[in-house]
Amino acid sequence: MGEAIVVTSGKGGVGKTTTTANLGTALAMLGKKVCLVDTDIGLRNLDVVMGLENRVIYDLIDVAEGRCRLGQALVKDKRFEDMLYMLPAAQTKDKNDISPEQVKAIVEELKPDFDYVIIDCPAGIEQGFRNAVAGADKAIVVTTPENAAVRDADRVIGLLEKTHLASPKLLINRIRPSLLKRGEILDVDEVCQVLAIDLIGIVPDDETVIKHANQGEPIVMNPQSRAAIAYRNVARRILGETVPLMPLEEKEGFMRKVRKFFGMG
Amino acid sequence: MNVLPPVKQGKRTARAKVYVGCGEGTEPVSGKTLVTIKGVKDGLIFLLDDRCEWESLLKELENKLNRHGRQLSGPAMQVRVKLGRRLLDENGKEKIREIIGKYGNLLVESIESDADIPPVVPRDNLPLYRMTGIVRSGQTVEHDGHLLLLGDVNPGGTVRCTGDIYILGALRGIAHAGCEGDAEAIIAAAKMMPMQLRIADVVSRPPEEWVSEDSWMEFAYLRDGVMEIDRITQLHRFRKEATLAKGV
Repeated sequence: MGEAIVVTSGKGGVGKTTTTANLGTALAMLGKKVCLVDTDIGLRNLDVVMGLENRVIYDLIDVAEGRCRLGQALVKDKRFEDMLYMLPAAQTKDKNDISPEQVKAIVEELKPDFDYVIIDCPAGIEQGFRNAVAGADKAIVVTTPENAAVRDADRVIGLLEKTHLASPKLLINRIRPSLLKRGEILDVDEVCQVLAIDLIGIVPDDETVIKHANQGEPIVMNPQSRAAIAYRNVARRILGETVPLMPLEEKEGFMRKVRKFFGMG
Repeated sequence: MNVLPPVKQGKRTARAKVYVGCGEGTEPVSGKTLVTIKGVKDGLIFLLDDRCEWESLLKELENKLNRHGRQLSGPAMQVRVKLGRRLLDENGKEKIREIIGKYGNLLVESIESDADIPPVVPRDNLPLYRMTGIVRSGQTVEHDGHLLLLGDVNPGGTVRCTGDIYILGALRGIAHAGCEGDAEAIIAAAKMMPMQLRIADVVSRPPEEWVSEDSWMEFAYLRDGVMEIDRITQLHRFRKEATLAKGV
């Protein structure tokens, strides 16, 4: 029996879909069977980020309304053999066309066949949020080190605490080390102090993430990227490993160290 | 700014005897006049007993008006009805208007009841509500009395109560103490970094009006209608309560 994890944030644009795609891919790469579920009905993105847009035939609403079997709607990611699937959202309907009970039933149906079901939640705290949260066993709250995002994350944590998902995990996304160093953004400790939930990972801002998303290839597939390493670390923590938080500063190269030694840095 | 009237001792016990609406009540008090009519400069005042049974009160009112009907005839007169501590709903008041209204020259100007005024509870007797947890953005905690919060108030969260607020944690959101007008109320927090503080109807926000030193437990209070912040060790100067500390 698998585990359903919802990725949510409250605020839009903090990286829920990117996180869903990358955690799912990373878990698949670690040998787990994963299904990604896009609940952002009307504004589906997950298929685009995964590069599976052109293979969508049926969607979540079709399954909920019985127009197809669940198995027919699942899109298989061929890059990962039999390990990674995606259930796309409908693009023509809206969030009120499906109920939390229906989403829950679909997630329950997926869980026996997969190790992890990762649910991509839409921004906001309305029906779409309730839909996404209904079937989940665990929650990851994504935020960025900005006041507005932290405020919304706090609101969402408050709402989650009233459901069965009482102890969500925190992922701080898009940390820009240069701004952090100058104290222009909130640091990790400050965010954790305010939100007071367990941290599951920090992901540095990485321009290549955007390039990869545009190419439909999750960044974790590129081991050079620091964001990729960060997402892989989060995936390993989901599997129960103890992985230390990665340092946010770039490692100094050998030549730079030599120069510093001679007082030229 | 609202300043509470001085507290009258024993008012609460008296209030316990107030009964609501029409119908059940205690036995009629024999020998005591249930309806007293007083003449004043600008009309009449009907003092109605507040402990007797409702039905017998109405009967007595009718009897009295019958007996004195002739005396009461004449030019139109304003009547003020005082109910004492009896609490009446609209039906009850209508009944009284109806009885008095039978006498064309009596105009009911008002029906007053002391029970409408909420009792003033001494601030020491306010209940203390203790809660744990984090008041997060968008959440509001409201309470009648004092509030002891073992946890934080996050930005966007609100705690509001009629008495004092004590926070063993960080106050980052909004706290409103004495929200029904108690200007003596205080807000104390282990980490005072609020978005906004309100005491009674005074609103204050950092940092223009006051600067807080960190790492001290602090409290906010009103001095002459202005919000001030001080260390918690200074609280006894503001609240002159009997100190219970013993020993040398």
